[in-house]
Amino acid sequence: MNIRLNALAGSATAGLPGLRFGLPVLAAALLLAALTEALVIAPTEAAMGDIQRIFYFHVAAAWAAFLAFFIVFAASVAYLRTKSARWDVVAVSAAETGVVFVSIALVSGSIWARSTWGTWWTWDPRLTTTFLLWLIYVSYLVMRSMVEEGQRRATFAAVFGIIAFLDVPIAFMSIRWWRTMHPTVLTGNGFSVEPAMLPALFLSLAAFSAVLLHLTLLRSMLERSRQEVTELRRRISWMEERRG
Amino acid sequence: MWEALRKSTSATQAQPADGFLSSLGFALAIVAKDVRVELRSREALSGSLVFALLTLVIFNFAFDLGGEMKETAGPGVLWVAIVLAGMMGLSYVFAKERAQGGLEGLLLAPMDRSVIFIGKAAGALLLTSALELFLLPLFAVFADASLLSPGLIVIVVLGTLGFVTVGTLFSAMAVTTRSRELMLPLLLLPVAIPLIIAAVEGTRIALQGQSWGELLPALSVLAAFDALFLTLCPPLFEYVIEEMAS
Repeated sequence: MNIRLNALAGSATAGLPGLRFGLPVLAAALLLAALTEALVIAPTEAAMGDIQRIFYFHVAAAWAAFLAFFIVFAASVAYLRTKSARWDVVAVSAAETGVVFVSIALVSGSIWARSTWGTWWTWDPRLTTTFLLWLIYVSYLVMRSMVEEGQRRATFAAVFGIIAFLDVPIAFMSIRWWRTMHPTVLTGNGFSVEPAMLPALFLSLAAFSAVLLHLTLLRSMLERSRQEVTELRRRISWMEERRG
Repeated sequence: MWEALRKSTSATQAQPADGFLSSLGFALAIVAKDVRVELRSREALSGSLVFALLTLVIFNFAFDLGGEMKETAGPGVLWVAIVLAGMMGLSYVFAKERAQGGLEGLLLAPMDRSVIFIGKAAGALLLTSALELFLLPLFAVFADASLLSPGLIVIVVLGTLGFVTVGTLFSAMAVTTRSRELMLPLLLLPVAIPLIIAAVEGTRIALQGQSWGELLPALSVLAAFDALFLTLCPPLFEYVIEEMAS
């Protein structure tokens, strides 16, 4: 049994060997570079001071969350088309990491707002829609825990994953549709950021994207191993029952 | 209920089972069946109506709807009542089908499964509209508001349409799980909040008697959500109903 278990666990983690080892190295290197750029090299903002440096990680975390929820959406569509459990695993992993990153964006934004706006939280359209995103994907995870494992859970999660994604473009566009006090980074004319601050921003975006992909990949492998173990346990109890 | 179902399916089988007209007939048969069942039991409507009334009364004491808070709190109170009571009605949409074996009858009918969704959602829409027909005049009395503004009616119709469409889809998902009373609000509320916010904003503007130009942002958000839900939900329902039968 041990040999078979190892073989199964091996097959669960076999895919994409290059990404498995390259991605964490790339993510660590990018994170280090981004930290140096953002905390040391980038100029100090005149009005806000050092607290402005949160901005690089706040924007990058929000971006990584959007990216994660797009992966949930794409994997949900792929699951409904193929009915392959692999896509369900990708969807739940991306949803979990996405919730982590949207939490980082909310908390870091709140700290920044306390020092700049003088309040921890305000019901601004951008803040409200981002908080909604958090709620929607937490609901997604709670819902998964309420349905029994199997094809039904995967299908329901995929259907919800597709409908849930409708709020992502709204959260992204909210600052252009409604009047808001939240700063706009990406405008119709390009980035409204000091050129000297752009390297730190771009490095943070790249670093957080790499961290997100690495975490999602790790979580997917864990989930697949978990499902294999559940399946093996089921088989063992079935065999023991037959033996009497 | 069984007789109604048998009659309606045999009526559609008499014609060739394809084409728009027979789909429409099939959907209408489902609506007619659901309305007949509801008229006989009056379970969903009376239950949700009493619930909506209680909500209005509690909020009236919390916010003093007849006084200064009318314009700030009124639209929110109205939509909280509609959404909570409407959700109670929505949880019934598939409950009876599953409990009494009607689902197998629906699945055996020679028709696209998305047509079942259209029929079910239309029935739920009628039910929720009936609820609103009682609720809106009561709200008008409590909050001393005029209901005869065309803007308000359009906002309520658009808001209800989107809410009921996505609610019917999630009701089908919730009914198969053990904790369905918890499941429906858990799925429906977060997804529907942007729509509800737009409806509350629109209602506030309409109650202030502003022009159509002022209403346009809320109307366009509502229309966009309605269009998205109406195109996405019927095809997604086909995957959901496959899992419901097992």
